[in-house]
Amino acid sequence: MAEATIRSAAASRPGPLLRDLLGLGLIALGGLAGYLLFPDNLAFLTRLISVALLVLSLDLIVGYCGIASLGQAALYGAGAYTAGIACLNGVTEPFLLVLIGAAAGAMTGLLMGAVMLRAHGLPQLVLSIALVQLLHEAANKASWLTGGSDGLSGMVPAPLFGVFEFDLWGRSAYLFGLGLLLVVFAVLRLVVRSPFGMLCRGLKEDPLRISALGIYAFPVLLKMFVISGAVAGTGGALAAIATQVVGLDSVSFELSANALVMLVLGGIGHLYGALVGTVIFMALEHVVAAANPFHWMTLVGAVLIAIVLFAPRGLSGSLDQLAGLLTRQGGRAGR
Amino acid sequence: MQTALSIAMDAFAYGMALFIICIGLSLTMGLMRVVNLAHGAFAMIGGYIASYVARDLGLGYGFAILLAMIGTVLIALPLERLLYRRIYDRSELSQVLMTIGITFCVIGITNYIFGPTLKTIPLPTGLAHPIDLGFRSIAGHRLFVIASGLVVAGGLWFLIERTGFGIHLRAAVENVAMARALGIRTEIIYAASFALAIALSAFGGVVGAEFLPIEPYYALRYMVTFLVVVSVGGAGSIGGALAACLLLGAIDVTGRYLMPEFGNFFFYLAVILVVCTFPRGLMGRARSHG
Amino acid sequence: MTPVFEVSRLSKEFGGLKVSRDISLAMAEGERLALIGPNGAGKTTFVNLVTGRIRPNSGHVRLDGEDITALGPEQRVRRGLVRTFQVTRLFPDMTPEEHVIMTVLQRHGKAARILARFHGDSEAADEAADVLATLGLTEVARRKVGAIAYGQQRLLEIAIALAQRPKVLLLDEPAAGVPSADTPRIEEALARLPASLAVLMIEHDMDLVFRFARRVVVLAAGELIFEGPPADVARDPQVREAYLGSYAHAGSHA
Ligand SMILES: Nc1ncnc2c1ncn2[C@@H]1O[C@H](COP(=O)(O)OP(=O)(O)OP(=O)(O)O)[C@@H](O)[C@H]1O
Ligand SMILES: [Mg+2]
Repeated sequence: MAEATIRSAAASRPGPLLRDLLGLGLIALGGLAGYLLFPDNLAFLTRLISVALLVLSLDLIVGYCGIASLGQAALYGAGAYTAGIACLNGVTEPFLLVLIGAAAGAMTGLLMGAVMLRAHGLPQLVLSIALVQLLHEAANKASWLTGGSDGLSGMVPAPLFGVFEFDLWGRSAYLFGLGLLLVVFAVLRLVVRSPFGMLCRGLKEDPLRISALGIYAFPVLLKMFVISGAVAGTGGALAAIATQVVGLDSVSFELSANALVMLVLGGIGHLYGALVGTVIFMALEHVVAAANPFHWMTLVGAVLIAIVLFAPRGLSGSLDQLAGLLTRQGGRAGR
Repeated sequence: MQTALSIAMDAFAYGMALFIICIGLSLTMGLMRVVNLAHGAFAMIGGYIASYVARDLGLGYGFAILLAMIGTVLIALPLERLLYRRIYDRSELSQVLMTIGITFCVIGITNYIFGPTLKTIPLPTGLAHPIDLGFRSIAGHRLFVIASGLVVAGGLWFLIERTGFGIHLRAAVENVAMARALGIRTEIIYAASFALAIALSAFGGVVGAEFLPIEPYYALRYMVTFLVVVSVGGAGSIGGALAACLLLGAIDVTGRYLMPEFGNFFFYLAVILVVCTFPRGLMGRARSHG
Repeated sequence: MTPVFEVSRLSKEFGGLKVSRDISLAMAEGERLALIGPNGAGKTTFVNLVTGRIRPNSGHVRLDGEDITALGPEQRVRRGLVRTFQVTRLFPDMTPEEHVIMTVLQRHGKAARILARFHGDSEAADEAADVLATLGLTEVARRKVGAIAYGQQRLLEIAIALAQRPKVLLLDEPAAGVPSADTPRIEEALARLPASLAVLMIEHDMDLVFRFARRVVVLAAGELIFEGPPADVARDPQVREAYLGSYAHAGSHA
């Protein structure tokens, strides 16, 4: 009898889908609230969305595959530069530019995965850093293509749907970004719940167990690097379209490290944490770093130490835990 | 010919400076399995102390080195007790985050106290001038760094291979649980090696300041270089670290002389090639992963 | 008839320590074989060697007549050589159902699909439900593995192995760590394994071995020292020496 329940339930599982729709609704609401409450800061908010895409892409690698990376900005920068260069060379349709950025990010992800997956532990981390630094140096050197240390500027993307100009106030850019974020987030929710997503979770926890099922880890992880690259590249392309400049800082170790900090701040391994962390980090940075960039560094450092010591699962993880405690199922509710 | 020789000399000295800074990192990493991204921050603190002692207090270079080593260890030991001990058996990601956090804090605080400008450590006259070797002359400072590097390598080798402390250390590296069962106080071994590693990094920070100038971003700017040395050399291996430092120093210096416009491009390319070819390090012992 | 599984002259050293010495062994289809030996004899190492987890220094492994010595562990699994682990290797955050579905999906070549829902494959879900029912795990199928009893986790290890539809199954101490009250359930599950499957079981519990196997091999210090029916094991002087060490000598001299 119990067996029959399993069978019938397997066909239709409304729970997670409903939760996803709710989550998407909340993100959309938050985004629109930002639009209405801070009409003068839309450029900043658009940059926030583009970085959120970078952090989401990092969550796929760190949170779902258990691979620490300090070079994720390589993928973001690849998308930003490729979209920027394409735009300067006459491809101005924004959706096409995003696709180009995503493709460039995916290609770079393929390369990065192929290199990083050769090692484990510290050497793997070092490879991630070396890769982003290598791209950084390359972008600096190839100034005929990338503008070198001045970066790319003067991109003029065509109006969205042929109607909405990317104007000075950045309204079209922001809504465009918000739409992209929602689409990407929805797709990623599906990806992490696909057989592939489950497999990645398994690989993160116990690669030996997965291998004993007859499954090769390398192609699975490589696939995740490609997806991650596409997401990061989308973020980079959005930045290129919205800010209409692309600088060397978009392929930097600093941005990569910051992305990791944001991810950990929010909590790794469930996508929402990436958004929470990005919003909190960038909002704080906006305020504190403007006052004194070095105080900002000290603060970030202290926060990182505190997270490791007191809240290893990040803010959203701790909130879960708190909620669990409050409803008296803390022990069992743990994800 | 002349340039080739002077490039080689520079590369050798630079490699040795890297070695002095990194060997402590390599040893603690092999011993405690901690990915310590903050190691460079301690070299930087050493540099700042030395600069303060030599310039502002007007004491000699020798004093500067000594006080830098002592001062840095005094700053680092409480950190070991309060922070590092909590992450010895945590995940790699936790270690990376915690030690990046420490690095950021050190950078922020250093800048608050000393400001963003570059700090010099005046060399004594004996080292500031070229020394005539008969067939050619070499900057005295370069010779001093090379000699220091050789002494450090030899001293460490002796310490690890020939002394009681070294036996306990190797036992703890091999198998912590077993070493504890044999009555070795591993936390003391840990603390002592940590202090030694920090003292060496401070020493390296001071004598290497000619190559790696002291400024607040030092800890972040060279973080990668130091990590690279250890992962190329293989954690815990003196020979591996020495080989990695000389190889990477040579690539870096030659690249800068011959193709300065490429910056660090070839350095990072070499790193990727070497790490991909030797994922466990040049002389790292293969560790069985389950 | 050619044996379904054959190991010939397998040897392995760990830095001078010989953990497998010239081990040769063959199993027929449907055979029930027990491998016993004192702690540290090299039993788990033997499983690691034949499944490709560790490379041997010399020797060959054949499955269904095919030499698989050069293949990686994943390829061997795909050809039907499946093992369980002495200490369970399960995902505490996933449910038993999810473990088995993942296994079934892999057999169907769908384990890495992106454009599908993990729980949406009703064929895989049905098969998983069958396997879990066979092992009496239906009730806990939807609980997190971390929250179910250890005996049930051991059963899940077997369920995963069965869902792979192996030709040869290597069970590394399937009852290790299970409270004695729960061992009958494991034994029951073992008794119901498909008849055509060749099973090698490593086990310390001699009662279990007697009931399960018709043939026993004994491994001591990396060497096979006995092969024969279970009833003869306890009488064999070499086996007595391996298990009892110098006490056996003392006994024989007295
Ligand atoms: N990777 C390894 N490196 C070195 N020695 C090893 C390694 N793996 C196992 N050994 C040694 O090989 C010997 C056999 O170990 P193994 O785990 O195969 O024994 P076992 O018969 O399964 O014992 P148990 O009954 O306790 O499970 C032991 O002495 C063990 O210490
Ligand atoms: Mg065993």
